[in-house]
Amino acid sequence: MEFLSDIASLINSTLRISTPLVFAAMAGIFAERSGVIDFSLEGKMLMAAFVAAVGSYYLSNPWLGLLLAIIVCVCLSMLHGFASVTHKGDQVVSCVAINILIIGLTTALAAAWFGQAGLTPTLNEDQRFLEIHLPFADALRDIPVIGILYSDILSGHYVFVYLAYLSVPLVFWIVFKTSFGLRLRAVGENPSAVDTAGINVFTMRYKALAINGVLIAFAGAHLSTAVNANFFREMSAGRGYLALAAMIFGKWHPKTALIACLLFGFTDALQIRLQGVELPAIGEIPVQLIQALPYILTVVLLAGFVGKAIAPNAIGQPYIKER
Amino acid sequence: MVSPILELTDINKSFGHVQANKNINLKINKGTIHGIIGENGAGKSTLMSIVFGLYQANSGSIKINGKEINLRSPRDSIINGIGMVHQHFMLVENFTVLENIILGFEGETVFGEKLQKAKEDLEKLCQTYNFNIDLDATISDLSVGFRQRVEILKSLYRGAEILILDEPTGVLTPQEVDELFKILRSLKDEGKTIVLITHKLIEIMDLTSEVSVMRQGEMVGHTKTEDTSKEQLAEMMVGRSVLLRVDKKDIKKGKTIFKVNNLSVKDDLDVTRVKDVNLEICSGEILGIAGVTGNGQTELLEALSGIRKVESGSIELFGEKISDQNNFLNPRMLKEKGLAHVPEDRQRMGLISDFKAHENLIFGYHDQEPYSKSAILNNKEITEYSNKVMQEYDVRPNSPNLITSNFSGGNQQKIILSRELNENPKVLLVGQPTRGVDIGAIEFIHQRLIDMRDKGAAILLASVELDEILSLSDRIIVMFDGKIVGEKENKNVTDRELGLLMAGVA
Repeated sequence: MEFLSDIASLINSTLRISTPLVFAAMAGIFAERSGVIDFSLEGKMLMAAFVAAVGSYYLSNPWLGLLLAIIVCVCLSMLHGFASVTHKGDQVVSCVAINILIIGLTTALAAAWFGQAGLTPTLNEDQRFLEIHLPFADALRDIPVIGILYSDILSGHYVFVYLAYLSVPLVFWIVFKTSFGLRLRAVGENPSAVDTAGINVFTMRYKALAINGVLIAFAGAHLSTAVNANFFREMSAGRGYLALAAMIFGKWHPKTALIACLLFGFTDALQIRLQGVELPAIGEIPVQLIQALPYILTVVLLAGFVGKAIAPNAIGQPYIKER
Repeated sequence: MVSPILELTDINKSFGHVQANKNINLKINKGTIHGIIGENGAGKSTLMSIVFGLYQANSGSIKINGKEINLRSPRDSIINGIGMVHQHFMLVENFTVLENIILGFEGETVFGEKLQKAKEDLEKLCQTYNFNIDLDATISDLSVGFRQRVEILKSLYRGAEILILDEPTGVLTPQEVDELFKILRSLKDEGKTIVLITHKLIEIMDLTSEVSVMRQGEMVGHTKTEDTSKEQLAEMMVGRSVLLRVDKKDIKKGKTIFKVNNLSVKDDLDVTRVKDVNLEICSGEILGIAGVTGNGQTELLEALSGIRKVESGSIELFGEKISDQNNFLNPRMLKEKGLAHVPEDRQRMGLISDFKAHENLIFGYHDQEPYSKSAILNNKEITEYSNKVMQEYDVRPNSPNLITSNFSGGNQQKIILSRELNENPKVLLVGQPTRGVDIGAIEFIHQRLIDMRDKGAAILLASVELDEILSLSDRIIVMFDGKIVGEKENKNVTDRELGLLMAGVA
């Protein structure tokens, strides 16, 4: 029984830890399917975390904090678009600039507003999202299997966790079942074909980036107003890059990207579990090694196991209409 | 007098300093096939891209059915009944035929009813024109000929009354060209208007009823096709009289000097592209390789010139084995043994386009005397040599300090040719020597190749232009799917015979 509840809590934390990755990967899918590289998921997530925490602190409403985060992230996406779509700048450089800007900006603004470099005040219960306990969770707890599944795994998450997993079928539906999705995929594969079909390539890419901004804001808000109750310096901790890796690992496809995110989330959950645990014959594994596990996995997966990831054909290339 | 369906008045368009179209006037009558002919860079494609709304003219007006319209994007043109089949197909390769056709004209936000309707409409269109296209096929699985049909179908589905085709035959086998022309004629009979952009005189004579000639961005003449001849059109295109046929002496065949045994070669994706190829070339002979693009010619030439690894088999030069799967000579060593190579992709492999002409003219010999001494370039010698050779090869403009990319395709090719022929090679490998080259330069390049042959060089010529193969080669082999599927002495061979081989059906 203890073993089962161990498993349940492992799955439970996998779902929670994967949440920002899922949002970020879905955001990445929109940008990259439209042909725009998005390394700035990391920076935008960090910015969203900061804005959500600050907004929620001043407005005493986490939803308003989230809304502010969405607005700011869409603006950042537009900035990326302005540099790399309109002015045909190098997309990677634009992303790196955004990432560096935001590490500095969040630290400096926190220092200016709250007197602590890179730290915002702790949010009280009204200012943050709380865990949602699904109805009858307590009543059903003792029923075998269903109890664990419902009460220990499905119930008791922050709203973002549910939203993240709901966003996956939604993204799939938009990308593959709507005319917007068709145009989105086309513009990342062959923008000339889109242009000659009478659709504005630039507008399409901006639209994709706008959606990207909305989705990544959820990831940031999840970090600072749900799982944590404040913003701290560089709290995104590489999750944006990890999500990007998951997206590539998932071949720019929402379903497989989700699996990749869950895999990364699982190794992370596992590493937390394994810390301080003595393994038979090996003994205690150094914490540093365990913590590095998700990142090692990323490198190994990307380096070989995934096979050739075929990116959208026109990714990274600014669209130049006239020669 | 019929009123024209499309009328262009005083169209001007420039890209930076280059004026691509100067005061163009053009009238196209309804229900005709109208040819627009001109050399590469004459401004034909630019003009038609303006009509299609892809580019916007700097000045001038466009009328359709007598009504002046403002074309700000391809959407405006499509709505006004203009369709265009571009030289490079505007298709998303990993989409299905259906997806490509409805792109931009889905008619609904979420796929459902309209998609079904589109499918039915398209199936009807396919039947009407005998297109035989599977709407659910993925583009990347289709042959070039079929992709072109998809493009035509796409335009028709979007309601095109005027269909513009930009160099539609460049990538087709003769049989596919026949099919295409059949389709175009039946479209004309339906009352559609067709504009055919080409640089091939024979297509104009075959298909069109009226023809307009462009030269250096200007419209230099309009005429009824029946009132003109190939020679006359060529003269209008180039601005001087040109020889359309190559004068060639009878072959004086020497010993076999270049031999390829059971050669197999893989491409970058590890796909075998050359399969068990055997061939021999004698001195004083031109061996032509015919074939549709992508049937292994590229990889064959690359392997022979030492750029690509040999998977199995061997290559012999003067009876000495120079390459097999274990060791091969690099291009530099091959050059010393008397083998020269004019690569088919001159932008990528033949030249460094950002370098000055004189640098490209000596590249590969730059470390030899007299161009350099003790590792220091001798600019005086280089410039002197460049001036001399550019005059000899009629490279225009004759300015060795100009950046290479500023020369036209034909002149770039002359730069490569002069460099490769410089040391009088014994074996010359030539790929697509006249791709994107204007008629005037073609004449010159062909003459040079014939001269080399008469001097006793063994020449391997790969070209997708059948005319070129037929007029230059002494012997012709046809490649299909990496294999040699036919070999013929170039006597009374017709392009039809070769075409069947090229398509892999004979």
